[in-house]
Amino acid sequence: MYHGMKRRLFLLPLTGLILAALVVGGCGGSPSGTLTEGGSTTVQPLTDKWGEAFEAKNPDVNVIVQGGGSSAGVKGCAQGTFDIGAASRELKSSETSDWPDLVVTHVAADGVAIVVHPTKSITDLSLEDIKNIFATGSNDTWTVINREEGSGTREVFEEKVMGGTEVSCNAEFLPSNGAVKQKVASTANAIGYISLGYVDSSVKALSVDGVTCNEANCRDGSYPVTRYLNFVTKGEPEGLTKEFIDFCLSSEGQRIAEEEGYVSIK
Amino acid sequence: MSRYFIDRFSRRIVFIFGMVAFLILVFIAVFILKESLPALKEVGVVNFLFGTKWYPSHDAFGILTMVAGSVITALLALVIAVPLALGCAILLAEVAPPRIRNIIRPAVELLVGIPSVVYGLVGMIVLCPVIARLSGTGSGSSILAAAIVLAIMVLPTITSISEDSLRAVPIQYKEGALALGATRWQAIHHVLLPVARSGITAAIILGTGRAIGETMAMIMVIGNSPIFPTSIFQPARTLTGNIAVEITAATGIHESTLFATGLVLLTLVMLINSAGLLAYRRRA
Amino acid sequence: MIGLSPKLTQKLAWGFVWLAGIIAVLTLVFIIGYVLAKGLSAISPEFLFTEPKGGLSGEGGISSCIVATLWLIIITMAILIPLGIGAAIYLAEYAPDNKFTRLVRYSVELLAGVPSIVFGLFGFAIFVLALHFNYSILAGALTLVCLLLPFLMRSAEEAIRATPQSQREASLALGATKWQTVVHVIMPAAMPGIITGIILCVGGAVAESACLYVTMGGSAGMPSSFLSGGRTLAVHVFYLAMETNALDKALATGAVLIILILIINLSTKWLSQRFQAKMSGET
Repeated sequence: MYHGMKRRLFLLPLTGLILAALVVGGCGGSPSGTLTEGGSTTVQPLTDKWGEAFEAKNPDVNVIVQGGGSSAGVKGCAQGTFDIGAASRELKSSETSDWPDLVVTHVAADGVAIVVHPTKSITDLSLEDIKNIFATGSNDTWTVINREEGSGTREVFEEKVMGGTEVSCNAEFLPSNGAVKQKVASTANAIGYISLGYVDSSVKALSVDGVTCNEANCRDGSYPVTRYLNFVTKGEPEGLTKEFIDFCLSSEGQRIAEEEGYVSIK
Repeated sequence: MSRYFIDRFSRRIVFIFGMVAFLILVFIAVFILKESLPALKEVGVVNFLFGTKWYPSHDAFGILTMVAGSVITALLALVIAVPLALGCAILLAEVAPPRIRNIIRPAVELLVGIPSVVYGLVGMIVLCPVIARLSGTGSGSSILAAAIVLAIMVLPTITSISEDSLRAVPIQYKEGALALGATRWQAIHHVLLPVARSGITAAIILGTGRAIGETMAMIMVIGNSPIFPTSIFQPARTLTGNIAVEITAATGIHESTLFATGLVLLTLVMLINSAGLLAYRRRA
Repeated sequence: MIGLSPKLTQKLAWGFVWLAGIIAVLTLVFIIGYVLAKGLSAISPEFLFTEPKGGLSGEGGISSCIVATLWLIIITMAILIPLGIGAAIYLAEYAPDNKFTRLVRYSVELLAGVPSIVFGLFGFAIFVLALHFNYSILAGALTLVCLLLPFLMRSAEEAIRATPQSQREASLALGATKWQTVVHVIMPAAMPGIITGIILCVGGAVAESACLYVTMGGSAGMPSSFLSGGRTLAVHVFYLAMETNALDKALATGAVLIILILIINLSTKWLSQRFQAKMSGET
């Protein structure tokens, strides 16, 4: 009896813990629709806001948003991990040949801002200067901040600023827009690139060849480093996915994009 | 159901359970090897292991800089941690009175349980700015920051195994030395430490294994630059950090190279730990 | 050392040794003190029960992280405990003393040394992708089971081996089968040691981040089932530190983690003491 009693006493708190967790975890009511989005950290805050607004209109829907970078978004979508893969660049040729059934929908546009620490006196750099700084890498003048391999923002930067010259490996590599912004905001001689939608008072965005990085200049193309923000789906969007994307492209969705600092496309 | 039937049946079930760990290890090793093969074939083992450029989008897959990053950081961490750990071990085993020991031992053990992200967090907030100011440039993310963080993480491991080794030395050895007129320190230095040598070596080797395997704290304080650092104030990249940051996004050959990196890591750590286990078994 | 008297050398050595101990304790005090001092003030009921906003702001609390961590631990332990105890029973009671058993034992030791990111690599490829569990608590839990199994096996086997041989023999002498002996005699006696091992594994799971970073995804929302992705507390600290400037929230989450680890450490200490008392009391 003594042994049995000990085992029962042990089971009681264990059961209690499980029950408590189940209650807290809310296993009582599962949402009728779950939409999983992941990928570009550029698009992430925007999808967060879109998801919130969409959930407010459709209380039975749960929109799950995560980052990981544009390549992770495309890969995730192609392999079924995400319903929507977000990419801040166009598809690469290897991606279209590996997964020909991927469909790209432009949902917004964005610029890539070159940012430095707010106390830096510099306000403008030529495209050539930026290219040289990033090709040389970190030294006593600059601490260069770069993005990891899967970043769509980096792809666009390399294409439109570096134009084929390699970025130096002598730079700090960070895994998201947020991390780059954080690092630049806290390092006196840092220089990095982030999405326009991320720019705020903690960093200073430089003008490139005299053109300020703002929505108007990105929209009319005078700012040289711009790109579409894309939702990638396996085949044409349908069902809940289509509803969500339609919402994002609606006037309300595009207004949200403007509010968040991105460039609307409708 | 007769209890004899249950007895025979349970033997088989328990055997299967007993094999699980072995099967998991084999499965992991085989799987990672299989996934690495495309990379090793296409990039070539020599180019992969000894290549100095890691630039996947331009098809450069050399991991030497990251091997250097992992190894140099671990070694520097050991340089910091081993003297401290040995000092603590001697303190706990021979010098400190029981009351003090009961404070220091739990303190050292508690260090083991703290999540590595917390170490990385404190390193980022406190250590990196200091290092940035010391070096005059950069953000402070550096080999030095990573080594200090790692040193704190492996200190408890090396201390506790070394302390156990010192305590395991038969007391007659020490008493013999003291009876011959040695001071306590001479007894420790000339008798206990040499006898406990294989246990202490095992402790250091196992600590190294832990250091090389650390990921998240490294990503937070080492800067993740795939270069050969020329000073401890420069950033670098570890094998572990490389895998963590790129695996969810990598496709094709790039993905395979990350598995190959995992293979290198696995081999490295297994060699180190096997050496440590062998030394541990040979101890006093 | 030439020229220095033995007494002086000893004084220097003692000084160094004490210095080392003080540095170790001071480091611990500083790290825990810093996180708790800066973090505790941000912990409030609101912090614990609000969801994190995700993205850059770092606003909100950690409710979904707490739930994700809880779910993760429950599922991991549900699989790990029977597996670990069963394997330990095999190795301690049934395994013959031959080369194969030694190979199995060796593989357990090797598995214990595998870096957690390698488990993450494996877990991502198998559980997330191949088995199509996607980024989920389940994928994280299965990966954690692989990671923690060797540690539970060690603790459980030690506890089982520590039970007195006399009890085994008495049970068999009374006519019990081996399995009956295991279940009714050995298990109850080894329970405190096994529970200590389980609690230590829970601590390991709470502290783990690398393999969960790549198998559970980075979504900050409340997980709706164990097939949802999410962030555990440790992973959330990483995201907060890297992506936001809400370092106060990161420290607060760190403080919650440290408190959890302290509770876990104290429980194992208390249980070990009970274990010792039980063993010395009964034998």
